[in-house]
Amino acid sequence: MKDKLVVIGNGMAGIRTLEELLKLDEADRYEITVFGSEPCPNYNRILLSPVLAGEKTIDDIILNSREWYAEHDITLHTGDPVVEIDRVKRRVRTESGLEAAYDRLLIATGSSPFIIPVPGADLEGVIGFRDIADVDRMLEAARQYKRAVVIGGGLLGLEAANGLMKQGMEVKVVHLMDRLMERQLDDPAAAMLKRSLEERGMEFLMETQTAEILGEQRVSGIRFADGSQLATDLVVMAVGIRPNIELAQRAGLHCERGILVNDTLQTYDPRIYAVGECVQHRGVCYGLVAPLFEQAKVCANHLAQLGYGRYEGSVTSTKLKVTGIDLFSAGNFEGGEDSEEIVFQDPAGGIYKKIVLKDGKVTGAVLYGETMDGAWYFQLMRNGTDVSAMRSHIVFGESHLGDSGHGGQNRAAAMADEAQVCDCNGVCKGEITQAITSKGLFTVDDVKLHTKAGASCGSCVGLVEQILADTLGGDYSAPEHKPLCRCTDFTHDQVRAAIREQHLTSMGEVFRGLEWRTPDGCHVCRPALNYYLISSWPLEAEDDPQSRFINERVHGNIQKDGTYSVIPRIFGGTTTPDHLRAIAEASERFDVGEVRFTGGERINMLGVKKEDLPAIWEFLTARGFVSGHAYGKALRTAKSCVGSTWCRFGTQDSTQLAVELEQMTWGSCMPHKFKMAASGCPRNCAEATIKDFGAVGIDSGWEIHVGGNGGVKVRATDLLCRVESKQEVLDHCAAFIQLYREEAHYLERTAPWVERVGLAYIKERILQDEAGRQALIERFKVSQQVAQVDPWAERAQGGQAHEFAPLKIIA
Amino acid sequence: MNENWIEIGRVEDIPRLGSRVVQSPQGEIAIFRNAGDEVFALRNRCPHKGGPLSEGIVSGNRVTCPLHNWVLELESGSAVAPDVGCTPAYPVKLEQGHVYLQLQIAEAVA
Repeated sequence: MKDKLVVIGNGMAGIRTLEELLKLDEADRYEITVFGSEPCPNYNRILLSPVLAGEKTIDDIILNSREWYAEHDITLHTGDPVVEIDRVKRRVRTESGLEAAYDRLLIATGSSPFIIPVPGADLEGVIGFRDIADVDRMLEAARQYKRAVVIGGGLLGLEAANGLMKQGMEVKVVHLMDRLMERQLDDPAAAMLKRSLEERGMEFLMETQTAEILGEQRVSGIRFADGSQLATDLVVMAVGIRPNIELAQRAGLHCERGILVNDTLQTYDPRIYAVGECVQHRGVCYGLVAPLFEQAKVCANHLAQLGYGRYEGSVTSTKLKVTGIDLFSAGNFEGGEDSEEIVFQDPAGGIYKKIVLKDGKVTGAVLYGETMDGAWYFQLMRNGTDVSAMRSHIVFGESHLGDSGHGGQNRAAAMADEAQVCDCNGVCKGEITQAITSKGLFTVDDVKLHTKAGASCGSCVGLVEQILADTLGGDYSAPEHKPLCRCTDFTHDQVRAAIREQHLTSMGEVFRGLEWRTPDGCHVCRPALNYYLISSWPLEAEDDPQSRFINERVHGNIQKDGTYSVIPRIFGGTTTPDHLRAIAEASERFDVGEVRFTGGERINMLGVKKEDLPAIWEFLTARGFVSGHAYGKALRTAKSCVGSTWCRFGTQDSTQLAVELEQMTWGSCMPHKFKMAASGCPRNCAEATIKDFGAVGIDSGWEIHVGGNGGVKVRATDLLCRVESKQEVLDHCAAFIQLYREEAHYLERTAPWVERVGLAYIKERILQDEAGRQALIERFKVSQQVAQVDPWAERAQGGQAHEFAPLKIIA
Repeated sequence: MNENWIEIGRVEDIPRLGSRVVQSPQGEIAIFRNAGDEVFALRNRCPHKGGPLSEGIVSGNRVTCPLHNWVLELESGSAVAPDVGCTPAYPVKLEQGHVYLQLQIAEAVA
């Protein structure tokens, strides 16, 4: 006998809760009934603006069709709102007299537009902008009448005004304040917005208060507080929304502005939950989609009786498309007395960007016209990252000169449908927008899954975010705590902390202790967990070959035809005639397909068959080589330029340093590949300043550089410090590597890691905390004792033989 | 012992949550072993771009192709949504610790 779950309200928050519940609840716990006041199934309310503007139809914006409810055995009653909740008998009663008993009740009644209580507010032709019925009335008015007034110059009011203008009406916007969208924009951005809208024909009456709406049966005009009047045929009230709490209040549930709920989304009656715009949580009522979806997820966790979800409130950013103009706003965008503001303004280009800083951290941002970096600023804000090292260029955003892919585009709105957005997978803009609307996608992860855009190198993700915002009219910003994978709700940091604090040394312990949703994990978490276990407990945790990506299991780079590449280690890029002979012989003996030099100053033999790998390794190890680890999330190489041994400009012996750096660090496993270089003088011929760790020889010693990246997202290094001796370089390298190994997320290169935690933090740990630096060096040495073992030699001697030979050959 | 079952090895020769390859006149066949010691057999070619499924990470009853991360069901060889595609599955069974394979493609799973 199933429990009964009754949902009051058929809107986005309530139905999202059901979707999350269905994902979690394999036990199929509930018999679900939904009562909605509107006549249609759940639709995307954010997309009402394009419907008004004639760009979409109502069918385009339905999120869950009636078939969806039927498929999931959900009984849906539309057009029949609940009017009474009897908490004693645990039943609800609807307008039509239907009754339904409940074991659990979910109130998702949303909010209603606030109608200013002036005389005439109840005349025909005075409407809100909330639901499909409102849109229908506006479209009808546009067919019969000419003039419209929108009261409210916030987001909703401007969207209504724009839509009505597109339908051919003359529209004036009346606003109480002296600037538009005062809750998201500062003066300069609001002024730019107003100018842009005026150019399209919108008229504004600012600092104007409505006193009375005039007319007999239907509205004919408005009188303002200053006595002036305006004739009009339609009035749209867009001055705010009020949570619908009357039903809850009558049932005796405690309400203030909204229905009060705790961190598990329960009301004062533990059988009754509430989500969405009707809710007040820790004093806040939310009106944006992202917090409501987070609430839905936690509420579902509790309805499914898993009991560990917790909603702690949301920090929101607003990424909007207002009448085709990209806007972004987050945090304290105004600034103020103890804040600093960094501003970029290009009025003719239609761009305004302001970043607000306090104590070296981002506390707010407002972007007008170019919003590509909104998510990045928001992340910096949420992480509380110290950005002092980036002051000089933070306003230019995350995109760097030299980034490849997506054709240098940074305004998705300007791209044509046929324009390619994702260059790795060949996905064009039209495909993405089509997937978003036809499959009801809301997040970047959704788009990655359904179209592959953003799923490979990731450089187009900024564009994908913009396309989401353009298509949905707003942005579903990524949840604050991104889970490690779909098998868990824990983040990388949480999993890592658990492994450390609870002394977990095997994957089975992690799966059990952290209640993994799958028995074996998945291709995302298994390699990550394997790394976290080994790096946290180098002397105790055992490597799990079956959790390693093929390259690291087989110790070669898999190529598209299933053959492998073999790259022996050439320390510091310095070789000998004997070694070159050995490589030449190996290439001939094993019928290598192609021999080429790598960027890391070594030689690549391509096209080696898997079953030949142990033999080619036997040959190479006998001639003195070890594995180059060119295939792994590991130390790759230390390049060098000629240096003081030979070069007339060399101030330091960079070749020797590179050799010693590589000898110290080879074999270590890392969150991602790690590349080093040592240059003999500031001419930097070894390109040390785009490496994860770089040393540049100077007259008085060495400059140490960290966090560079020469690949998809080019990032120049940050200068860490200057030292005098080679030994200090080696020490700082070991400390930096160990800190990176212990704290970065799996698959995070040093560049994004340094930007995420801030250079100031790294300097504190490695430069200022001398005892700490020593401890890091010691831990790296301990790790290397176990790790610096040649995997080729092991396998040449027969280790892991099953990997390289077929199980059986059938003639 | 039924017709056409070919003995290909012992189950412990296949790593748990892993795979070994059988070379046959029809090409390579990947034999998988899940955590519960059940065995599966698929043509060792991903329906996407021909990647060697035997090299992928196995979890549950699925394998992820190492080339571009398509996930395939071991039982049927079908790609997991939203990817669409299928690689042939072969009949395979475990009897007293020995693995037996048939070289004819299994009936398509309904």
